[in-house]
Amino acid sequence: MMRALTRPLRLALLLALVPVFAPAQEATPQPGQEPAEQIVAGLSRDNIGITTSFDGSQILIYGAIKREAPEPANDGLAVIVTLEGPLGPVTIRRKSREFGIWVNTAALGVASAPSYYAVATSGPLKDILDPKVDVQQRISIPLAMRAFSGPVQVKDTRPFTEAMVRIRERQGLYTLETGGVRLVENTLFRADFELPANLTEGDYKTRIFLLRKGKLVDQYQSAIDVRKVGLERWLYALAHEHAAIYGLLSLALAVIAGWAAAAVFRFVR
Amino acid sequence: MQIYLPIAEVSVNMYTLLGLGGIVGLLSGLFGVGGGFLITPLLFFIGIPPAVAVATGANQVVASSVSAVLAQLKRKAVDIPMGLVLLVGGILGSAGGIWVFNLLTKLGQIDLAVQLCYVVFLGSIGLLMLQEAVRTMRRQKKGAGARRKRNQHTWVHNLPFKFKFRASGLYISVIPPLIVGVFVGILAAIMGVGGGFIMVPAMIYLLNMPTKVVIGTSLFQILFVSAFTTFMHAITNQTVDVMLALLLIVGGVVGAQIGSRLGARLKAEQLRILLALLVILVAVKLGTDLIIRPHDLYSLAVGSH
Repeated sequence: MMRALTRPLRLALLLALVPVFAPAQEATPQPGQEPAEQIVAGLSRDNIGITTSFDGSQILIYGAIKREAPEPANDGLAVIVTLEGPLGPVTIRRKSREFGIWVNTAALGVASAPSYYAVATSGPLKDILDPKVDVQQRISIPLAMRAFSGPVQVKDTRPFTEAMVRIRERQGLYTLETGGVRLVENTLFRADFELPANLTEGDYKTRIFLLRKGKLVDQYQSAIDVRKVGLERWLYALAHEHAAIYGLLSLALAVIAGWAAAAVFRFVR
Repeated sequence: MQIYLPIAEVSVNMYTLLGLGGIVGLLSGLFGVGGGFLITPLLFFIGIPPAVAVATGANQVVASSVSAVLAQLKRKAVDIPMGLVLLVGGILGSAGGIWVFNLLTKLGQIDLAVQLCYVVFLGSIGLLMLQEAVRTMRRQKKGAGARRKRNQHTWVHNLPFKFKFRASGLYISVIPPLIVGVFVGILAAIMGVGGGFIMVPAMIYLLNMPTKVVIGTSLFQILFVSAFTTFMHAITNQTVDVMLALLLIVGGVVGAQIGSRLGARLKAEQLRILLALLVILVAVKLGTDLIIRPHDLYSLAVGSH
């Protein structure tokens, strides 16, 4: 974990960040007794406004591990942070060659998959996460998509789901950042996320998992509200709630612009 | 400068959009085509979702044809009664075309249908135009003035509901122009184009209209059909992105004015050869995309099938 910065300086930086931002939100209640180690965390911002000049955004998720007693055993501690966009149905299609041209011939519907999903970890997933915990909590990228929708008409669904992950990774919508969580002194951690420009509106769920030897010790959940604001909000709402007015507005704008250009050119000549 | 489009939900470079609009506007003014057959594929290419590209392309065609129609009206190059007959057909066709578009989108075959339409129609019309234009140019070089005869008496002239189209100097039934209008309307809605590239040759070769009123009349019809298409897409699919349209329009109206000035200086035959080559180019590009194995056999569509 030690790279360019010296340890005291890194600590100081991380600590300096904490009081500046919004107070940490409540951790998800755990069944049974309180865990020996708990996550205390915060987000650099809890809402993102999509304005006309929106070109992606950065978000910092940071926190500390609170302990009542000294650290139990100094091994196998890991932190995973996930950021998940709103869920929606997706259709995955496959082309094959028919009569010499490439045609969509097979399709698989996914009932709900996140429009964005980023996973940042403090180490390689296979070393720090028990597969059982992964399935339970749906942490790794392939597990982010939920059930299939409608009857499954393809023999093997795996190439389809793999293709979906592959395509979304290529678009920068699904990312796995191994080492993206920086863990200092087994106490402080931070993860930086780079959100792309083609964001979908909605609640972005952030989850932080504290693991020891692959087992879940504590988890924390919070949300970031991503909304269009200002002109973007107004136009989007108008297009959906008053479609006829919006349609006429677009036409009026087109006609006026066309006519005005002709008038200007006539005047110039 | 990046700008976030509220309906398309993507962030794109503003100058790319202005430039794109400008090029398409230039062609629109030059050839009397709406330019939709270029703008829709170009919008796909820069990452605008297809449904938004088709609907917004139609809105941009409205603006570029308004300024061009005004210029043509001043030159008295619009046969308004003929335009109205084509328009009635166009609106009927467009309504049907939007229905087919939505059905094909659901089936996941819209991209294929659009590409096939482009290849078949653009390809064959481009070749026909090129052949015709080259032949006329050769004839003119030889000095023989024997042009294609107009007012030939064919079966078309035996159809009922005849009407005198004064500006075109035609006395024909309204049925052929109506059918041309319907056909163009269907293609307009499916391909996200104005349909000028198919209407202009249909008017010249099928309806025997004189070249001087063809461009103005076709633009007149395109203006109203694309306005209707825009409105229908806005109320049924909410896919018209007004921000995207505005940027394309600003570039487009300027381009259209320059294009129509430039067009007045070039010879009709030269114009036709240029348009034919452009049309063939687009058809060949899309055709090879269908034949070559795609980079990824899989594709994603948001929504359930």
